[in-house]
Amino acid sequence: MIVADRKPIEEIIEQVKDLRSVLVLGCNECVTVCEAGGKKEVGVLASALRMYFLQQGREVNVGERTLERQCDTEYLEEIRDSIDHYEAVVSLACGVGIQFTAERYPSKAVFPGVNTCFMGAALERGVWAERCQGCGSCILATTGAVCPVARCAKRLFNGPCGGSTAGKCEISKDVDCAWQLIVDRLKALGRLEDFETLCPIKDWSTDRAGGPRKVIREDLRS
Amino acid sequence: MSPKTPSKLEKILRAGHLAVTSECGPPRGSDASHIVHKAELIKQHVDAINITDNQTSVCRLCSLAACIRLKLMGLEPVLQMVVRDRNRVALQSDILGAASFDIHNLLCLSGDHQRFGDSAQGQNVFDLDSMQLLQTVRRMRDEGKFLGGDAIQRPPAMFVGAAANPFADPFEIRVPRLAKKVAAGAEFIQTQCIYNLDKFEQWMEMVRDRGLHEKIFILAGVTPLKSAGMARYMKSKVPGMDVPDDVVKRMAGTPKDKQAEEGITICVETIQRLKAVKGVAGFHVMAIEWEERVPEIVERAGLYPRPMLQ
Repeated sequence: MIVADRKPIEEIIEQVKDLRSVLVLGCNECVTVCEAGGKKEVGVLASALRMYFLQQGREVNVGERTLERQCDTEYLEEIRDSIDHYEAVVSLACGVGIQFTAERYPSKAVFPGVNTCFMGAALERGVWAERCQGCGSCILATTGAVCPVARCAKRLFNGPCGGSTAGKCEISKDVDCAWQLIVDRLKALGRLEDFETLCPIKDWSTDRAGGPRKVIREDLRS
Repeated sequence: MSPKTPSKLEKILRAGHLAVTSECGPPRGSDASHIVHKAELIKQHVDAINITDNQTSVCRLCSLAACIRLKLMGLEPVLQMVVRDRNRVALQSDILGAASFDIHNLLCLSGDHQRFGDSAQGQNVFDLDSMQLLQTVRRMRDEGKFLGGDAIQRPPAMFVGAAANPFADPFEIRVPRLAKKVAAGAEFIQTQCIYNLDKFEQWMEMVRDRGLHEKIFILAGVTPLKSAGMARYMKSKVPGMDVPDDVVKRMAGTPKDKQAEEGITICVETIQRLKAVKGVAGFHVMAIEWEERVPEIVERAGLYPRPMLQ
């Protein structure tokens, strides 16, 4: 999923402090699972904002709504009738949802209520870790299904570097060395000899480096 | 095998001499006299001088400019190049720039992560990794081609090296990884600082078992310890460094005012023991901000005078 984290309330207040009305808009997908921008967090943020405005002696209409998805025009249409009651939106969706909401409602200011972090998974409750950077050209078949792009601090295709110590990365004892994991996996799969195959120079044109990307599926277009 | 490049380091190694290299870190400013002074201290005692490339990610005068300073002094530089800060455009461009000054040795490195340095908030590049940089420079030299496929006018004539750390984990792939560097085109290796001689000798045995010592020149890396504090710091704080307890104890058991001497003696003893290890083709003396002691280490280790080549 796309993992996001809550923005400090002070930062959000700075964005909305002069408004007369604001809609806090959640998303029922990834940000709900990672507990940063679902219905529950919408309620918490809206209450905090109401409290703030009350303390300031200001009457501000703070609305709450959580859509099935903010990255889908169909669901974004559900607020078409009510959005004019608000001067602006604080979106608790990921960066995709925030932008898609703004694209759909060009005259509304849309502010981010979360920091979008990475594509990852939950290691345990309250702990999420990165697993994919969406480079657009997957090489997991050759690395025992451990991604050096997302998980090696130097994204080495022919690691590990000289900083790997006791299974940990040189940048922190809290970070696993991706290449230790790759070697362990290859060993478990009886494929350690694959380690010696030189990984060719990466074509980064499918990555962010190639500019903003699109996937176009002619077979699905009507 | 006859040398493939005009590199003096290559000629010395191919002639069967134990080579001696050292390294100098460029200054954190633009005063070139700093690097010139360091080079003056060691020039009679080493065959080539590495110039580090923003080591530990602390921003310094660039390696290429410092190498040019050495060339202007008539010395033999080894240009260290990390892939942390440059993409393939800049790497190839800098290689050509170095070649235009007839810099004939290149050491291909990943580079320490930027979080260790003074620019922890910066981006890193890692467009290529160190092995892919080896492949790139060999292609430029041997095929006369850019990565993009176009021909290079006056290709770089560089003797190509890499680093190896026999002490990092996982140990079992440390020799296979060396084999990968050989396959990628490395012709010489400068190792991580060696304090754990037993482990290094074990690694060398595995290197010989695969015949890699006949395919690549291995320069054993040594760094004299200045103090017991430095030994403890290297042991606990430097990633991938293996300083055994008995080395720390030996330094700590020496009176403070004699610790520097003891560090030099340990370094000399290390070289003397490793000279006998089959497959060790020379030594890389990394005296960190202690260049003035390099001549003494080289002399006491029996590596002086340096061979004169025609």
